[in-house]
Amino acid sequence: MQFSRKDLLGIRELEAFEIEHILQTAESFKEVNLRSIKKVPTLRGKTVVHLFYEPSTRTRTSFDIAAKRLSADTFSITASTSSMVKGETFLDTVKNLEAMKPDVLIVRHSASGAPHRIAARTSASVINAGDGMHEHPSQALLDMLTIRQHAGRLEGLTVLIVGDLAHSRVARSNIWGLTRMGSRVVVCGPPTLIPPHMDRMGAEVHDRLQEVIPEADVIMVLRLQKERQDQMLLPSLREYAVYYGVDRDKLRHARKDVLIMHPGPMNRGVEISPDVADGPSSLILDQVTNGVAVRMALLYLLIQREGAASGTADPSV
Amino acid sequence: MLDVLVRGARVIDPASGLDETADVWVVAGRVQRIAPRLDLPAERIEETRVVDGAGLWLVPGFFDMHVHLREPGEEYKETIATGTASAVSGGYAAVACMPNTNPVNDCAPVTEFILKRAEQAGSCTVFPVGAISKGLRGKELSEFGELRAAGAVAVTDDGRPVTDGRLMRRALEYARRFDLVVISHAEDLSLSEGGLMNEGAMSTRLGLRGIPWVAESAMVARDLMLAELTGSRIHIAHVSTEASVRLIREAKSRGVPVTAETAPHYFTLSDDVLSGFDTVYKVNPPLRSREDRKAVKEALADGTIDCIATDHAPHSLLEKDIEFEYAASGMIGLESAFPLVCGLVHEGVLTPGGAIAALTWNPARILDVPVGRLQEGAPATFTLVDPNAEYVIDADSFQSKSRNCPFHGRRVKGRVLLTAVEGKAAFVYRKP
Ligand SMILES: [Zn+2]
Ligand SMILES: [Zn+2]
Repeated sequence: MQFSRKDLLGIRELEAFEIEHILQTAESFKEVNLRSIKKVPTLRGKTVVHLFYEPSTRTRTSFDIAAKRLSADTFSITASTSSMVKGETFLDTVKNLEAMKPDVLIVRHSASGAPHRIAARTSASVINAGDGMHEHPSQALLDMLTIRQHAGRLEGLTVLIVGDLAHSRVARSNIWGLTRMGSRVVVCGPPTLIPPHMDRMGAEVHDRLQEVIPEADVIMVLRLQKERQDQMLLPSLREYAVYYGVDRDKLRHARKDVLIMHPGPMNRGVEISPDVADGPSSLILDQVTNGVAVRMALLYLLIQREGAASGTADPSV
Repeated sequence: MLDVLVRGARVIDPASGLDETADVWVVAGRVQRIAPRLDLPAERIEETRVVDGAGLWLVPGFFDMHVHLREPGEEYKETIATGTASAVSGGYAAVACMPNTNPVNDCAPVTEFILKRAEQAGSCTVFPVGAISKGLRGKELSEFGELRAAGAVAVTDDGRPVTDGRLMRRALEYARRFDLVVISHAEDLSLSEGGLMNEGAMSTRLGLRGIPWVAESAMVARDLMLAELTGSRIHIAHVSTEASVRLIREAKSRGVPVTAETAPHYFTLSDDVLSGFDTVYKVNPPLRSREDRKAVKEALADGTIDCIATDHAPHSLLEKDIEFEYAASGMIGLESAFPLVCGLVHEGVLTPGGAIAALTWNPARILDVPVGRLQEGAPATFTLVDPNAEYVIDADSFQSKSRNCPFHGRRVKGRVLLTAVEGKAAFVYRKP
């Protein structure tokens, strides 16, 4: 099967079979990451540009390692968030990049929808590496890969997503992806951090954490941005930790085999207690490891789309 | 100067209650006669152009009481020349322009400049609207007396709300002395701040910060109560929510002196069009839910909303072809309004007379300006339309300098054929 999309902008537009295909491809790349020489010539001669309008060491590093393990040439460009400020418009930057003929643009932007606008203007493949509060598809894919690796399946699982749902692109991508793959998704957070009509996205909405913990096969904890307090969304981080922080005590009624996840970086002691983050149920480091495999799969599938004819892209090489 | 006889058009003049098939005879730019059947004197037949009006409507020139012409200050978006050219090709014979220019129209010299430019370069009549507060800063009242004397017909800080309730109260009280209507851009900034689109299922899905309906309606409630307190007239601009409609309807039923307008996009579009992050749909107030759209239509039908204004807000690609978050709010509307209003007639929401009243006499009455009606003996200012002409809107053919039109490519019914302004044909539709 061939992946026929030019871009990966969000999970919402992916069909279940496409997600399945990406996850399977990622499985095959996991093996490359275990070799002593972790490099294959699959994407030799291809150019991958990281276009980051918002700083993110973790995601950028993960994409960069993925590209380098596939032997692509990589470049990083960090642009100021509001390109208007410099008098150079957002699309000027993209046009300039386009002139350098990249194969893939990996775009991170604080404004929702920015990668979509870029994708419409460039012939390069665009991967959304996180846009505003909208989507973070590679994160959701690595989360799904990690859950499947430990629970053996996605279908029929109950995944509980806890925290700041209003501002979380990770939550959105996971809701679309998990529900499409047959999981039941329950979201839980203080009412100020649950946006209107989130149920219409396919998730069940709750605001009392203890009541929903016993049903969860997986608990996905979201990062809490500390400035939410200044925005009148929370009275204090302390109270947030009391009611929504995932700790040993709240997990007393959880399933014994419950899996704990977090997209990182963590505020230990706020949304997650240190013992839970480092405990036996935690998959947090597996998520990081799987991130590289998923991103290798995405780069491979998007570039293979055009390179297939010339036979340059073959993961088994 | 026109010498024309339009034969057998449906002549609608809401001001006089006229709605019948008639002939309209214009001599030397003045309306000579309106009558069921006119026979020209033999000596006039030579020089008179006779137009077959069968199937067409002949109505007063439209009046848009809410446009942004951008001059002075942002001439790269629109000028008084291009804005009024855009107006006449949309069937408008007069517009009222908002004061949020640079400099702000908060004093006589700016008002005079606008009027002078309109006379030199304009295709239609322009009525300047002055600012409520100096510099639109919301701190001190601007000099209403001076503005009125220079030619301003109303006051507003449109683009921004008057946040300070006390200032709004004083504006309403003081405006009465100079027969100025206060126009409210109703928005509670503490509720809308940072918002990019209507708050609802779509904003949640897209991860765009939402503006709740209450940001508009809470301010509408305040302004209605201030109008009640002061006994002064208030006009609510661009009504977009069901709750605002409900509040205005209730206030009117109690005799509060309030009028209201909405714009074609609020009864034509709802927030689901934003799914592709297209900045052309970014407006303030934002496109609302389907329920709000329905309520706006009902309010037009029952007269709760008095008139239709476009809130024509030109922006260049510099402001629009960027990230949604940073893109400017606003869309142009002068050249797409009539077919959209006409759509309400075809849908059965408005009668032809109701639709034309919303575009002519009702806004003219609100601002008390001498336009929006047909009168024998007066300079000929009228619009000839074909309510049944079907076509696809092509924004590239627009006279406006800007292209931020969300209706480009939309199939519509209802075309403006001729706009006559004070005896001159300011716009004539020519087949491309
Ligand atoms: Zn306004
Ligand atoms: Zn306006």
